[in-house]
Amino acid sequence: MSLQAEVRVTAGALEIDMRIDVAAGEVVALLGPNGAGKTTLLRALAGLVPLESGRVALDGEVLEDTGSGRYVPTEERSIGFVFQDYLLFPHLSVLDNVAFGLRSRGVGGAEVQRRAAVWLERVGLADRAHSKPSALSGGERQRVALARALAPDPHVLLLDEPLAALDATTRAAMRRDLKSHLSGFRGVRLLVTHDPLEAAVLADRLIVMEHGRHVQTGTPAEVTSRPRSPYVADLVGVNLFRGVAEHGSVRVAAGAAVAAAGAESGDVFAVIHPRAVALHRSRPEGSPRNVWHGLATGIELYGDRARVRVESEVAIVAEVTPAALAELKLGEGGEVWLSFKATDVGVYPA
Amino acid sequence: MRRERAPLAIGILAAAGATFFILPLIGLVVRTPWADAAKAVTSADTLEALRLSLVASLSATGVALVLGVPLAWMYARIEFPGRSVLRALTTLPMVLPPVVGGIALLLAFGRRGLLGSWLESSFGISLPFTTAGVVFAETFVAMPFLVLTVEAGLRSMDSRYEDAARTLGAKRWTIFTRVTLPLIAPSLFAGAVLCWARALGEFGATITFAGNFPGVTQTMPLAVYLLLQTNSEGSYILSLILLVISLVVLVGLRHRWLGSA
Repeated sequence: MSLQAEVRVTAGALEIDMRIDVAAGEVVALLGPNGAGKTTLLRALAGLVPLESGRVALDGEVLEDTGSGRYVPTEERSIGFVFQDYLLFPHLSVLDNVAFGLRSRGVGGAEVQRRAAVWLERVGLADRAHSKPSALSGGERQRVALARALAPDPHVLLLDEPLAALDATTRAAMRRDLKSHLSGFRGVRLLVTHDPLEAAVLADRLIVMEHGRHVQTGTPAEVTSRPRSPYVADLVGVNLFRGVAEHGSVRVAAGAAVAAAGAESGDVFAVIHPRAVALHRSRPEGSPRNVWHGLATGIELYGDRARVRVESEVAIVAEVTPAALAELKLGEGGEVWLSFKATDVGVYPA
Repeated sequence: MRRERAPLAIGILAAAGATFFILPLIGLVVRTPWADAAKAVTSADTLEALRLSLVASLSATGVALVLGVPLAWMYARIEFPGRSVLRALTTLPMVLPPVVGGIALLLAFGRRGLLGSWLESSFGISLPFTTAGVVFAETFVAMPFLVLTVEAGLRSMDSRYEDAARTLGAKRWTIFTRVTLPLIAPSLFAGAVLCWARALGEFGATITFAGNFPGVTQTMPLAVYLLLQTNSEGSYILSLILLVISLVVLVGLRHRWLGSA
């Protein structure tokens, strides 16, 4: 099973122009901030939003092609869709919700009951078969939504923010649960999320999307080590600069340069982990090639870590221990020196 | 929540408003000759008018459901040219004096009416002054209540449930009957009740289009009005019967469907 799609759709002020390829055997997460057009893209793949131009093909079979005018309606696409707020039919029992797709696809009476019951068993909700969705907890609803989508044996499983509607405690358990269900499904698996942890845990490959456009693709490790947009750098929690490399340094802004071991030439990204940035009360002595002076404009405590945002020629975030922060006697608005090694700067082509 | 006390002026006006409704009802109850009531209730004429009223108003509600729900669906879901004009025209009977509606019905379905003359010459069907004519008149006046209520229900419904059904392979008719209609059931029911209540009380269009023939077109409101000219005490009793029926329906349904506070 594989999915190839080129989708161009306008949703309000947002123009979506994306290429999505999901190969057999991989779980792909479409990661992006709210309003990036992820949900619209997913709906377009399901045929719920018509393409302005583009093409959707499943295993080489064309589902939609604006060039030839072909359009297979949603109800004839072999797609299971888990909606963000699940959209379980409130007037039907849990069992009838799961049976809905089987009935629609022409499965006969007793067989429907049997197969729906098997799916409820599989998601651990056999005892809730006759409850109404309103009587279920958030996590149970999520499992019913998954069972409902999978029961008709679709070739594609699309999940829109499958865990976003859950509270934090349930989410961790459901994430593991969902991962095992995803690995048990043989078809194309594509999920949409704005949560990097969810994406990293559930998916083999990430497609990062912002403002309707593709930003970068790669395994979670590749994306975290080489972010290609401020949004991704923010998610990962690293400092990202873009500039021009020349002989061991990267010019990142007017007058500001970052000394970087790997910088040679061309348009590059430079990434610096906040833990590699040291703070000092006075100008540091010694080896670090990068020494900046600036104002601390934001200090935030995260458990046993303090993140300090320093405005120098450019803004950079340093991560120190609360003890080190206390020793610096640094408050917001205070002057501070910072340093980091050229060898701690990762450089890669933009 | 803190119990709020009404400002004096509002309290007085509200009490006057409530009295305005309650006093006529008290008048009806007090002045009804209860001694004759039992006899009047079981008299053949009364039972006939009551039967006709129920049959005609329920039939009108049935017709309104069959024709009005698709109309409401079109208004809510399909953008077609002239939609707002059409909606205004089909809502008109709510504000039109019912007598005018009756005359308009005569001009369309009467013996010399636009469609009526053809119906008569081709099929020998004549609607005016028949029970079917009563149903026509009541449907004409009452259906807009159902259409507007159901349309509002369809508009406020989350249509993504229909998307979910489509991804599960459901065809349009299946979606309509198994998802859309159950989801708007409260609106559907409220609309049907409003429509039925309006049809039950219909007077002007009915008497104009269908006339006033006992056993054929004389519904309760018509019988009440006619009795008022000759035997006013009898009309009180019939009025009270209509009042009781309306009250029973209102109280019975309010809690279950119409969302009482």
